[in-house]
Amino acid sequence: MAALRRILLIAYTALLFAFIFAPIVSTIVFSFNADRFPSLPWGGFSLQWYAAIFNDATIQRGLVNSLIVAGVTCVIATFLGFSAAYIDYRYRFLGKSVYLALAALPPTVPVVILGVALLTFEGRIGLSGTLTGIIVGHVVLSTPFAMALVRMRLADLDPDIERAAWNLGATPWATMFGVIVPFCLPAIFAAIFLTAAVSFDEFMIAWFVSGVNETLPVRVLAMLQGQVSPRINAIGAIVFAVSITLIVFAQVLLGSIAGRAARRKG
Amino acid sequence: MAIPMIELDRVAKHYGDQAAVADVSFDIEKGEFIALMGPSGCGKTTTLRMIAGLDQPTSGEIRLWGRRLNEDAPWERDAPLVWQSYALFPFLSVRKNVEFGLKQRGLPAAERRRKADEWMERLGIAGFAERGVDQLSGGQRQRVALARALALEPEMLLLDEPLSALDPHLRVRMQSELVRLHRELGITFICVTHSHSEAFAMADRVVIMNEGRVQQVGAPRDIYRRAANRFVAEFVGGNNLFAGTASSAGTRLRVDGPFGTALAPRPAEFTFQDGDAVTLVVAADRIELAPAPMGADNEVEGRVVTLDFVGSSVTVFLETAGGAELRIQQSLSQIENTPLSPGQTITARWSQDVGFFLSS
Repeated sequence: MAALRRILLIAYTALLFAFIFAPIVSTIVFSFNADRFPSLPWGGFSLQWYAAIFNDATIQRGLVNSLIVAGVTCVIATFLGFSAAYIDYRYRFLGKSVYLALAALPPTVPVVILGVALLTFEGRIGLSGTLTGIIVGHVVLSTPFAMALVRMRLADLDPDIERAAWNLGATPWATMFGVIVPFCLPAIFAAIFLTAAVSFDEFMIAWFVSGVNETLPVRVLAMLQGQVSPRINAIGAIVFAVSITLIVFAQVLLGSIAGRAARRKG
Repeated sequence: MAIPMIELDRVAKHYGDQAAVADVSFDIEKGEFIALMGPSGCGKTTTLRMIAGLDQPTSGEIRLWGRRLNEDAPWERDAPLVWQSYALFPFLSVRKNVEFGLKQRGLPAAERRRKADEWMERLGIAGFAERGVDQLSGGQRQRVALARALALEPEMLLLDEPLSALDPHLRVRMQSELVRLHRELGITFICVTHSHSEAFAMADRVVIMNEGRVQQVGAPRDIYRRAANRFVAEFVGGNNLFAGTASSAGTRLRVDGPFGTALAPRPAEFTFQDGDAVTLVVAADRIELAPAPMGADNEVEGRVVTLDFVGSSVTVFLETAGGAELRIQQSLSQIENTPLSPGQTITARWSQDVGFFLSS
């Protein structure tokens, strides 16, 4: 009975994963297809679409823009997320629940609305159409993820630890860099990878705000509107590889946190 | 008179309109082992934390060698604390934990290492130097916490319930180890505990607190033998409190109550009129048992209610005809020849000199 249930469970999980990943896998498979059209039978292995996208200046620029935006966003968002989580850990103040709700709010706002709002606002202050403008939007969107990760880590930190450091002669500054930051380091790295992934994949805000400075997802949509090219598959495969790498790194770091927390409690 | 090392002068700590510490004054001399004792919520831990600077007094003054300490930040003080939770740095090795305070003082790496080695050796944790602290047992963590604090070579060491998280046999070992360390180092130890046996076994003087106030300060023996008030007499345990009415009996005072009749020395500090309600305190271990009355003073007959054996000592609970309860503590060997079983009537007696009166 238990064996049957186990088999059913494994089969169900396998089907679920197949359903989720089939489109992605087909994208990757057909990105290596020599034929012009994504249809079976396969026309043979080829890297021509990859060669094509690396020779396309607009795609290259999109990729560079995406990398710049993701690289800057992940640093700023993680710094802000860490700060917000530390304030929550360290202080008790009036309106703290409101503070936390507001800090966690951006991902719950539909991105279209966030995009329009950012466009209007950034248009007024002259940020619209710049990479800085996109970065601002992505920071707004991804900071709550960073905060959530760091908060999870800080929840495992004995509140006496910080005072113990003061008691041993560490100033608050030395305590921050000698105790709090090292303790949060796995969560900080996880937050860097996760926010980079959020930014790298993000389309809507970038589409509203980017103007001529297209990021890769925006470029992909522009291409799709023109013609369906197998180059899309190649771009898709690259974007997927980058994102999944970032997410896996984040997940591994979080796993090590959870494992250690479980050992400590166990 | 020389300035005491630490003075607490009318110190109070309020949280909103709650007073964690209402009014606390006492002095600590250099090299003393002081125990702060009281029930939970009595303000003993808050008092300790104020000495460390982790809490700010709302009013009053804490002085170190006569200098006001209130405004000094915790990291400017030389008062390392051994935490009840140990509060070790979880991401650092044992060695790095012990070196932490030395590093904050800017000691060069080689010297930090030498001192850490010395203290780890001294506390028997040198074998774990490179381990992470989450791989250690409770007793080992305790030693790391001690080494981390003592490596600073402070002039005082603060301990917050240092033994409460240890299992009983470790607790006794650690207790004697703390006493040994205190004697060898000659520095001031201030230890918060709720356990009588810990406080009385380790401390030179005990400060008993209740509801944010000091109830009594004294050597363990004095507190046991001469409780300052009802709270202390009940809290330290092992005392009989006999309520009754006073009347003069020459140089002594006579008390009549539900327990019977007893004589005790007149208190020097206060006077009673005939007919005043008084409370007489007689230590349980100063009462003897006899099979029958001998017609002397301070004899009370009672029925054995129950017997409570702890190790080689036994506490006998008697109930008198008047409904008062007596507790008598004897060693097992003392009562070997006295048959005792619940329901049986027996005589308790004590010397006229051992009782004393509470002031209120």
